[in-house]
Amino acid sequence: MKNKLISLEDAVARIPDGSSLLIGGFMAVGGPNRLVDELIRQGKRDLTIIANDTARPNNGLGKLVVEKLVRRVVTSHIGLNPETQKQMIAGAIEVELVPQGTLAERIRAGGVGLGGVLTPTGVGTTVEEGKRTVEIDGATYLLEMPIKADFALVAAKQADLYGNLTYALTARNFNPLMAMAAATVIAEAEDILPVGCIPPDAVMTPSVLVDYIVAATPR
Amino acid sequence: MDEKTLIAKRVALELMDGDLVNLGIGLPTLVARYVPAGRHVFFQSENGIIGMSGPITGAENHDLTDAGGSPISALPGAASFDSALSFGLIRGGHLDVTVLGGLQVDREGRLANWMVPGKMVPGMGGAMDLVTGARRVIVAMQHSAKGEAKIVERCALPLTSVRRVDLVVTDLAVIEPTDAGLVLKETAPGVTVEQVLANTGCELIIAPDLRSMPLEG
Repeated sequence: MKNKLISLEDAVARIPDGSSLLIGGFMAVGGPNRLVDELIRQGKRDLTIIANDTARPNNGLGKLVVEKLVRRVVTSHIGLNPETQKQMIAGAIEVELVPQGTLAERIRAGGVGLGGVLTPTGVGTTVEEGKRTVEIDGATYLLEMPIKADFALVAAKQADLYGNLTYALTARNFNPLMAMAAATVIAEAEDILPVGCIPPDAVMTPSVLVDYIVAATPR
Repeated sequence: MDEKTLIAKRVALELMDGDLVNLGIGLPTLVARYVPAGRHVFFQSENGIIGMSGPITGAENHDLTDAGGSPISALPGAASFDSALSFGLIRGGHLDVTVLGGLQVDREGRLANWMVPGKMVPGMGGAMDLVTGARRVIVAMQHSAKGEAKIVERCALPLTSVRRVDLVVTDLAVIEPTDAGLVLKETAPGVTVEQVLANTGCELIIAPDLRSMPLEG
């Protein structure tokens, strides 16, 4: 079996300019913040970011926006990163705002092979514009399309050397959903453990989904 | 008592023993402080936990925060989960109450609270799912802003959901949206009906059992 544990530099070098990236985290909590910093160091540009929020300008993936490396963002919240709003108003960055629960389900759908999601969220609001609606038992739902990406950058509490992952507390958030929805999954883990150290019931993302593991702190 | 405390205390009386409750960022967060004695309420944070409580100074955990990214703690019996499950709870009818701030509420009881076109476009975050899916939606807001009524005939701002909210609690009044229109149920201590009407941008139906706003359970 190939060794999935690679260096931070090597992991990020595999990401071409113009890639679409699912990035885990919620206000950068549970975000792959070392991978993000390395994206900046290597100057990756023209990126499409799919993430819950754009964090703060000095924090997590918010820094990618500040460095003007992002072309398009699909997200539920940009309110705490004035730079995203500024670039959006200036037309420098394209922003698709998606209700948070819808974003989660669109990513989940992308990862589990569903053709879309029917949700009542957004019916009758600006979110409905340009979307198909479906009536089921008298209720109206929006058809929301699946999301997939070239890469998922996720942050884990623990990884074993097969790539089984656990997450801690509210740092879990979008990570396990994103780990299913990308062609290549890179996991940044706080603790990297021998195979067998994570009990099967504790695994939150099974190893087969993970392509590469990097250490969340320099080793 | 300042206006925010008054609103938070009144909203807290709506929370029942055993309820699963989600509080929005800002004013609604204050509600947790005033849950009446003897009622155990489970607070959810949509970033993935039931059983959140205030931060413990010196014991902050960088993996344990609220939806604004601020440190919290987890009570014994807490549960953490991913974002799909978190919003499954919200959208799936498992959340008893959500308390949210508001920019405008219209005569049909519809809420606008997520953007001001051309001025403030923060994104809806979880607000649309919360208003669509919670069993009970309580809006906690100032009655007016800079002299402008926030309770209006028709929302000029983009709606958060077409669903009718269940209760609006302000520094002046408690208002219940109904099929017939907005019903004025309570006035805040020292506030007259005339004052409420003068600060409201649409017709209110005065409840036959109109009362003064209670603040203690």
